[in-house]
Amino acid sequence: MLRLENLTKRYKTGDLALKDIDLEVPDGQVMALIGPSGAGKSTLIRCVNRLVEPTSGSVRLNDSEISSLGQNQLRKARRRMGMIFQEYALVERLSVMENVLSGRLGYVSFWRSYFRKFPQNDIDEAFRLLERVGLDHMADKRADELSGGQRQRVGICRALIQDPELLLIDEPTASLDPKTSRQIMRLICELCKERKLSAIINIHDVLLAQMFAERIVGLQLGEVVYDGPPGNLTADVLTTIYGEEDWEATIEKIDDEDDEDLDSVPTSADAVE
Amino acid sequence: MPIKQQGDIKIWKRRDRNRQLAIWFGQFMAVAIFVYCWQLVSENTIWMFVTDAPRQAADMMDRMVPPKWSYMSDLWRPVWDTITIATLGTLMAVVLAFPIAFLAARNTTPSSALVRPVALFIIVSSRSINSLLWALMLVTILGPGVFAGVLAIGFRSIGFCAKLLYEAIEEIDETQVEAVTATGASGAQILNYGIVPQILPAFAGISVFRWDINVRESAILGLVGAGGIGLQLSSSIDTVTWTQVSLILLVILATVIVSEWVSAKVRHAII
Repeated sequence: MLRLENLTKRYKTGDLALKDIDLEVPDGQVMALIGPSGAGKSTLIRCVNRLVEPTSGSVRLNDSEISSLGQNQLRKARRRMGMIFQEYALVERLSVMENVLSGRLGYVSFWRSYFRKFPQNDIDEAFRLLERVGLDHMADKRADELSGGQRQRVGICRALIQDPELLLIDEPTASLDPKTSRQIMRLICELCKERKLSAIINIHDVLLAQMFAERIVGLQLGEVVYDGPPGNLTADVLTTIYGEEDWEATIEKIDDEDDEDLDSVPTSADAVE
Repeated sequence: MPIKQQGDIKIWKRRDRNRQLAIWFGQFMAVAIFVYCWQLVSENTIWMFVTDAPRQAADMMDRMVPPKWSYMSDLWRPVWDTITIATLGTLMAVVLAFPIAFLAARNTTPSSALVRPVALFIIVSSRSINSLLWALMLVTILGPGVFAGVLAIGFRSIGFCAKLLYEAIEEIDETQVEAVTATGASGAQILNYGIVPQILPAFAGISVFRWDINVRESAILGLVGAGGIGLQLSSSIDTVTWTQVSLILLVILATVIVSEWVSAKVRHAII
């Protein structure tokens, strides 16, 4: 269980990005965090693994108080939190395999990682994961040779090979086309279910959030303005989160799209797209 | 952008009038200064030497051709020395510049208050002294020879390589570094996985580029006794054997062309 208490972040510039956030994510829950640009979504998930240092408040993952850990303990804690990024954030000039294995860096010594001598268990797991996302034939390719959807799948493998308890996911579909977006979201949710992971997914696309998340939290100017099931997202709620706009069209569509039959497991045709 | 309302029409001009006048005035002053300098230079020129120059040049050319090809047998060794000086000097510089660049780059320096200024000072002082001056000093300290040449080239190149490399480090994509950090990697692992792969092409390019420059620079180090083909050049000039000088210049030209070709090939292969 992840618990945020009175989490506040004020940047050096004086901008208050998060105001006194209280939030609980139970084990196994997939939660979508929606809100306009600049609402503090990215800051929130980065405060959890302290890529951004919170100004005050506490972050607890199960029994450990993340916000007060020393540098070494923080590294250990980060292993338990996988992160997936908006622009994939793969190391472009490394191979797919190296990118996946980099998820194990917190577990192996510097020299082992320097000479790329990862334990065979890690390598087995890397191949299993690549196979799961339909990319096992790409292991030797350089990351910059892959398409957007393929790169994001490698990003997912990198996060999962950490054997995390929690996934922090920052705009996973922002640079993907609609079809790939849905495939990636479905893949993430399936994997969360398989491995009983909880996840926080920052997402711009309200429709996708409603389709895939069990719970939606709306953030606006650093404050939680909505917290509830996807079904309760009415036009009024969207107006409080995003501001005045004609939301009826957005909400109506949901029922249509839910029936749509999209392949969940990427086929080999997708993988070589 | 001045926009003037004239009745119903908005008139747009690139600059307003005062700005345009200021620019014209600036251009006028530039021309005036140029004319004044021209006058000053011609007053201080002894025109007899200038009008004589073509004849002198023709005379020198006359004494230079044909190059004394038999002298070539004495040049193989110095050419080899020259290339060795350039290569070893570059190698030394690259090895030392690599850590210095990380200390100097804003995003990787351990302390921007203490370490970074020291690293930047090393870079600036290495760059501010020409290889020839380094060689002059080192020959005085170490005595003449190839070793002084290697160190001279090395010292000069540290600053060059480190400066270009730290600029490359400052331009890396931080999200890749963030992603590696988020896995729980240690500082050294972040460097190894997140940063070094991003700067490797720049690093290779800079090294080869500097080696190419160093081949040319080491060809003249011999003028001050630091080994290489410059030694033969200076003694040939001293003894007024112009046929040897012309051969040496040809050999230097050939060496530089070859080194340029090699570095272009290598850079192409890496990037």
